[in-house]
Amino acid sequence: MQFTIEVGRYNPDGIYAENAKPGAPYPPPWQQAPPRRYQTYTVELPEYAVVLDALIAIREYQDESLAVRCACRSAICGSCAMWINGHANLACKSKLTEFTKDGKTRVETPPSMPVIRDLVWDMKPFWEQHNKVKPWLVGKPLADPSQEYRADNSRMEELIQEVSCISCGCCLMDCESYAVNPEFLGPHALAKAFRYAGDPRDAETRERLGDYSKPGGVWDCTHCYECVAQCPKGVAPLEQILKLRRMAVDSGFTNNAGTRHADAFADSVKHSGRLNELTLMPRSTGLFNVVGQLKTLPSAFNMARAGKLPPLLHKSIPGVKRIKAIFERVGGRFK
Amino acid sequence: MRVAFYPGCVSKGACPELYVSAKAIAEPLGLELEELTEAPCTGAGVLSEQNPKLADSLNGLTLAMAESKGASLMTICSTCQGVLSATNHHLKTDTERLAGVNATIGDQGYSYAGTTSVKHLLWILFEDVGLDRIRASIKRKLTGLKIAPFYGCYILRPAEYLGLRERPERKTYLEQLIGLLGAEAVEYSGSTKCCGFPMVTFNRDKSLAMGGNHILEAKDKGADLLVTPCPLCHLNLDGQQPDAARVLRKDIGVPIFHLPQLLGLAFGYSPEELRLDHHVVSTKGALGKVELKV
Repeated sequence: MQFTIEVGRYNPDGIYAENAKPGAPYPPPWQQAPPRRYQTYTVELPEYAVVLDALIAIREYQDESLAVRCACRSAICGSCAMWINGHANLACKSKLTEFTKDGKTRVETPPSMPVIRDLVWDMKPFWEQHNKVKPWLVGKPLADPSQEYRADNSRMEELIQEVSCISCGCCLMDCESYAVNPEFLGPHALAKAFRYAGDPRDAETRERLGDYSKPGGVWDCTHCYECVAQCPKGVAPLEQILKLRRMAVDSGFTNNAGTRHADAFADSVKHSGRLNELTLMPRSTGLFNVVGQLKTLPSAFNMARAGKLPPLLHKSIPGVKRIKAIFERVGGRFK
Repeated sequence: MRVAFYPGCVSKGACPELYVSAKAIAEPLGLELEELTEAPCTGAGVLSEQNPKLADSLNGLTLAMAESKGASLMTICSTCQGVLSATNHHLKTDTERLAGVNATIGDQGYSYAGTTSVKHLLWILFEDVGLDRIRASIKRKLTGLKIAPFYGCYILRPAEYLGLRERPERKTYLEQLIGLLGAEAVEYSGSTKCCGFPMVTFNRDKSLAMGGNHILEAKDKGADLLVTPCPLCHLNLDGQQPDAARVLRKDIGVPIFHLPQLLGLAFGYSPEELRLDHHVVSTKGALGKVELKV
């Protein structure tokens, strides 16, 4: 079969993540000036071929200047992660027939990452964020050092999902929070964080949870599920981030907008059966956070002027007693 | 077609224009809306992340209410859709979880057997109402308008809860609908991305930059307006747009329509009937292109 591949080539004058203004959101692909240069190749391959087969065929027989990073070709090493038709994927796992759109397959580096050349992006930000979560086990001291540490099977089974991570970077490449906030630790690092914070043998779980609750941590995730959708190994980083949020709140790290938001949300649903938007924003921001409150005022004013403020008198749904009873029964700390 | 209508908190709160326009278009589409007035908030993912059991019970109650009416549950919000779809998936595939929910809601006189189907209005248009009926209801073609679709995360991800593996076409319904109404769908990368709303209270500037970037991309590709099936996206993209413009130091000024408002316009309703005059970002420019005024 014949396949058309459009490859994003390196442009030394392009605006890439590494030369964006410090602190500014990385430029999205459509803002890159001069625009990214794409080069089109045609390759003849069997129907079962994957994107990586096409890239190797191009490099070997058509254009030796094309830079591609790959190793195992079996979705184990994670080297060939790249943007394929605008989303993160492993080139060795993506069948050309499934990734041909409008007669072609477009491959490029993700716009939120620095580029080394062509399809090779720099994993420096990936490892920098990864290293910030203390990605190793700090063992609890054993009463008898000659014995091994016996961990409960069920506790270790909870970690299996994260242990499957191959550090390919697909989740970070498509992470929406990281794209606008390079301070965010990222889905890969936080999933790894859960792997250790959730380990029964770890001695520093509490300290970890405190660190992960700081700005750039678990509460800076926007909950978009892109990382769950793009992970080639089923790690579901967002699910691990949510577990960390629960663990942190349960450990008493509650002085943050995330916890205030959840508390205000639960309070409103418990008492009226529905959300009270009027009190949610001020309560989440923190009633004594004057600067934060002031920042929300222009939007509140604009919405009020357009007639988009929720009714000042917040009404309960009929049968709200049922909801209160459910909260009483299974509400946990929201009781 | 009779549906158990779940309007969601936002259409009854900060986006009353969504509720009004959804009720308006039901008649031409032949949708008989039986509103679930006693159903609670889904928890919008906030409650489920903190207390899955609580969220399961609240949403199980809603699913049981729809089941007792013998009708599909219709949402008009991508977030409600995502949360209810996820709970429904868990309860239909995990008998232990379902038994737990039934033990809780049983005291309230409800029980869920796992038969309710949860469908967003957008899906119902294509899968139940049918294109012929939509075509027959069109009184005003939206020719000349360039419209950028904006789905909202929870109607797209995670795919397994939303039936997208069995029905991948659900990922293109907005584009198809825009074409059907006579307008041109704008292709841009932001259509399936996050509006930033879930973190607007945690990290306001980054949240607004996220949403603002997507609108700017659509504008760059020539969009006159964005259309969304999610009122939470609407809150960030319309309600906060002037603030997003300040954060990004760019002029934005692109109106955001709710899905039923766009349909209503094509069905011949006036902009006032659809409350298109109650948006933060003026809809004047876009309406002018189809010779309408607000």
